[in-house]
Amino acid sequence: MNESGISSALKEAGLEVLTCMQCGTCTGSCPSGRYTSLNTRRIVRSARTGKNILQDENLWMCTTCYTCQERCPRDIKIADTILTIRTLAVHEGFMLPAHRKVSQLVLESGHAVPINDDVKEKRKKLQMEAIPETVHKYPDALKDVQTLLQSCEFDKLTADK
Amino acid sequence: MNKLSLFLGCITPNRYPGIEKATKLCLDKMDIDCCDLPGASCCPAPGVFRSFDKATWLALAARNIVISEEMKRDVLTICNGCYGSLVDANHELINDPALKKNTNYHLEKIGKSFKGSVEVRHIIELLYDEPGPDSIKEMIMRPIPLRVALHYGCHLVKPSKERDLGSAENPTFFDELIEATGAVSVDYPDKMACCGAGGGVRSALLDKSLEMLNHKLSRIKGAQVDCIVNACPFCHLQFDGGQVEIKEKLGIEYKIPVLHYTQLLGLAFGYQPEELGIDLNLITNKEFFEKLNIITSE
Repeated sequence: MNESGISSALKEAGLEVLTCMQCGTCTGSCPSGRYTSLNTRRIVRSARTGKNILQDENLWMCTTCYTCQERCPRDIKIADTILTIRTLAVHEGFMLPAHRKVSQLVLESGHAVPINDDVKEKRKKLQMEAIPETVHKYPDALKDVQTLLQSCEFDKLTADK
Repeated sequence: MNKLSLFLGCITPNRYPGIEKATKLCLDKMDIDCCDLPGASCCPAPGVFRSFDKATWLALAARNIVISEEMKRDVLTICNGCYGSLVDANHELINDPALKKNTNYHLEKIGKSFKGSVEVRHIIELLYDEPGPDSIKEMIMRPIPLRVALHYGCHLVKPSKERDLGSAENPTFFDELIEATGAVSVDYPDKMACCGAGGGVRSALLDKSLEMLNHKLSRIKGAQVDCIVNACPFCHLQFDGGQVEIKEKLGIEYKIPVLHYTQLLGLAFGYQPEELGIDLNLITNKEFFEKLNIITSE
C-alpha cells in the first residue's frame, strides 16, 4: 500500500491526523511507552505521511488503553488511528505469530481462550457444569461462528504464511 | 430494569469460573432477572480482532448481540474487554446503516439478522445505576472491612465520549460500589493506569506486558492493601497469573490477592470464599485467607 493509500484509508475511517501539532501529550501519557519503544507522537506523524508505517513493530506495543485519545488537545482519535493502521498492516500480511495463533483458536473453538481440563475440574469443584453455556457446549453454534468467519474470509487472512 | 442475558466471554468461563459463579449468586441475591446466553462466542476481543479485520469483529459481536435480541434481553457483560467490543459494535451498527447492511449480509448465512433493539451493559455501570450503592449497602449481610486497591481497567471508562460515565481521569462510581460492601477503596498513584494486558500485548509481547504490570503492582504494594479488585477477567488474569510470571522472570514476589467485584460483593452477601472461587486463583496468600475466615465466620 502506498503513502496516499494510508492517509485516504484513515480519512475514510473518519480519522483526522493532519491537525496533530506534535505536542507529545500522547507519548507522555502512554503506559506502554514507559517500557517499550512505542512513541505515539511519532506514529501519528508517520500516519500523516504514511511512510514505513505498516511494518512498524511499535504498532503492536499499544495496549489500546485510550489515554492518548482522552488527552489529545486536538481531539485526534489516536488509539482508533493505531487500530486502523494495524488493520491495514494485517491486510498487507504483517501479523505477529502469536496473533495468528489466537485467531486460529477462534476459528477452531469460537473462543480466543478455550477451556482446558484443569478449568473443567475447577468448574466441577464450584458445582458448576464442566462445560459452560457458550459455543463450547453447542456444536451448531460453533458451526455458525465458523460460517461467519469464513464469510468474512478471516480464515484466509489469518492462515499461516 | 430491563431483563438481561449474561455474556460470559472467554476468560471467565474458561479460566476463572469463580467469577461466573459469583456473578450468578450476586444477581440472584439482588433479584436481577438475568439468564444464560447459550452458544455465545468470543466477544471478539477489541484490541486484537477489531484491529485485524473490522468486518469480522462486527459479525461475531453482532451474532452475540442477536442471540440476546432474540430473547428480548439486554446483554450483560462482566468484562471490560467484552463490554468494549459489544457496546462499541452495537453502537456502530445502530448508527451506520452501511455497516449494518454489510454485517447482516454475513449474518444471513446463519439465518440471523441484527436489529439494534437491545443495549449492552457492564455490571459495574449497571449496578451503579440500579440498585445503586446506597441500596446495595442496605442489602449486604455483613460488611467486608478490607483495604482494596481498585483497578477500573481501561475499557470500562474509555473512550469516555462513547461511554457517558463521567471523568475518565478521576471516576468515583466504582469506588462507591466498593465502599458499599464495607471495604475501603484506597487511593494509590497511577490508579487509572492500564494493567498492560490489552491490545494483544500480553499475548504477543509478554515481557513488555509484565513490565507495565510490575509498575502498577509496585504502586499497589506501596498502598498497603489487602487485595486488588477489578471488573475485568482479562485484567484479573494479568494481575493474578502475571504475579506468578513476574516472580519467575523478574524475581519479584508480591502475593497480592485479586478479586473480581462480584466476588467481593458475594462475600458481603454472606457467601464463603470457596463458594465464590476466590481460592482458585494462582496467587494464594495465607494471611488474606485467615483474614477472610475471621470476617466470614463472625
